[in-house]
Amino acid sequence: MDGVKLHGVWASPFSTRVIWALKLKGIPFDYVEEDLSNKSASLLRYNPVHKKIPVLVHGGRPVCESMVIVEYLEEAWPQFPLLPSDPHERAVARFWVKFIEDKSLNVWIAGRSAGEEQEKPMRDSSEMLAILEEHGPNKGKKFFGGDSINIVDIAFGGVAYWMRVIEEVSGGKMFDAAKLPRLNAWMANFESSPVIAKNLPDRGKLRDYFVPVRAKILSSSTSK
Amino acid sequence: MAEEVKLFRTWSSPFALRVVWALQLKGIQYETVLEDVAKKSDVLRGYNPVYKKVPVLLHNGRPISESLIILEYVDETWKQHSLLPQDPHARAMARFWAKFGDDKVMQSIWTAFVSEGKEQEAALAEASEHLQKLEEELRGKKFFGGDNIGYLDIALGWLANLVRVFEEISGLRVLDGERFPLLFAWLKEFSDAPVIRDCWPSHDKLITKFIALRQLHGAQSSST
Repeated sequence: MDGVKLHGVWASPFSTRVIWALKLKGIPFDYVEEDLSNKSASLLRYNPVHKKIPVLVHGGRPVCESMVIVEYLEEAWPQFPLLPSDPHERAVARFWVKFIEDKSLNVWIAGRSAGEEQEKPMRDSSEMLAILEEHGPNKGKKFFGGDSINIVDIAFGGVAYWMRVIEEVSGGKMFDAAKLPRLNAWMANFESSPVIAKNLPDRGKLRDYFVPVRAKILSSSTSK
Repeated sequence: MAEEVKLFRTWSSPFALRVVWALQLKGIQYETVLEDVAKKSDVLRGYNPVYKKVPVLLHNGRPISESLIILEYVDETWKQHSLLPQDPHARAMARFWAKFGDDKVMQSIWTAFVSEGKEQEAALAEASEHLQKLEEELRGKKFFGGDNIGYLDIALGWLANLVRVFEEISGLRVLDGERFPLLFAWLKEFSDAPVIRDCWPSHDKLITKFIALRQLHGAQSSST
């Protein structure tokens, strides 16, 4: 049987998304922890275009980009479906995955900036949350996937959990729980669900990881 | 029961054109609803409340937004003339490159078109790097989809008309036959394919439109 290997970084929301999909589907895999300051020859060979994690290697063939990997896993292993079977509902789920991917760039920008420069990405992140709160699929249900976790939950999970770490590390507020009751409930449901709960990096450790990363970025951007 | 297929588009949107090509290739009967970018209809806003943009495909009353997602929906719903390959890994690669096309290639070429001086030089250099990767992807193939036009050809098809428009207006050399012989040949093969050829928006109208857009962009960035 073709082996599955995941190249990732423990602190990365992107490789964590792939771990969630693998674990939910019960797919056995080997994990390679990459050092981003010293990327392995394998990683560079498997992702020559972006040179980034995560990379999933299945039977020697690489797949890159976290949500492309999740769609790949969905097609290669049909158990525990992460997409609905109806084509229109699939299109709706994919729409929200793309929305989350495109808009969450602001969250990462907020994490890398300070002061005035941070204001717009923070506002745009809050706007993303407001739209998800109002329009996100399966309102009134436990997850964006309805009664069980699906691809939209995985996509957003990679943003929501890290957003709170970024808030702590960088100051500023993106997630106003009082204004986002639905998303607040969603976070509790998602983070306490069995597979996810066992595969969430420790908040404290994430904070300790990102503090120096942020400091380095900020000091290199001001020393120009 | 007769199927109702409606496409909300503008005369020039390269994203809507992707859907036109897919519908035409599959021989699907559909109605076009032409939208005015400056004055979008309430109907369109109702069908795409998040972005209020074209294209929107309406199938039996249910709307789908985001061109690449619409392509996947069309491929899943109408099985003739398959757009995506069958093999999951090949599908993942097609999705990866389509994302690369939108996120990196389009982004850098657009920046080169609307900027000046050092910023333009940097954007052009970046665009060339990205185009080189696409060039390598074409090796041994007539189309990105192999012998026939597929999802990735449609996703990258905007290169076949818009690059000429940008080059004509700006005098820049973006995609030439010397540096990118395979891409250059692909542009011609794709443009000349019957279904594709019949759908191009007017070249002269595009020139007028993009001259105006470029001036607007220049005016906006110089007034900050």
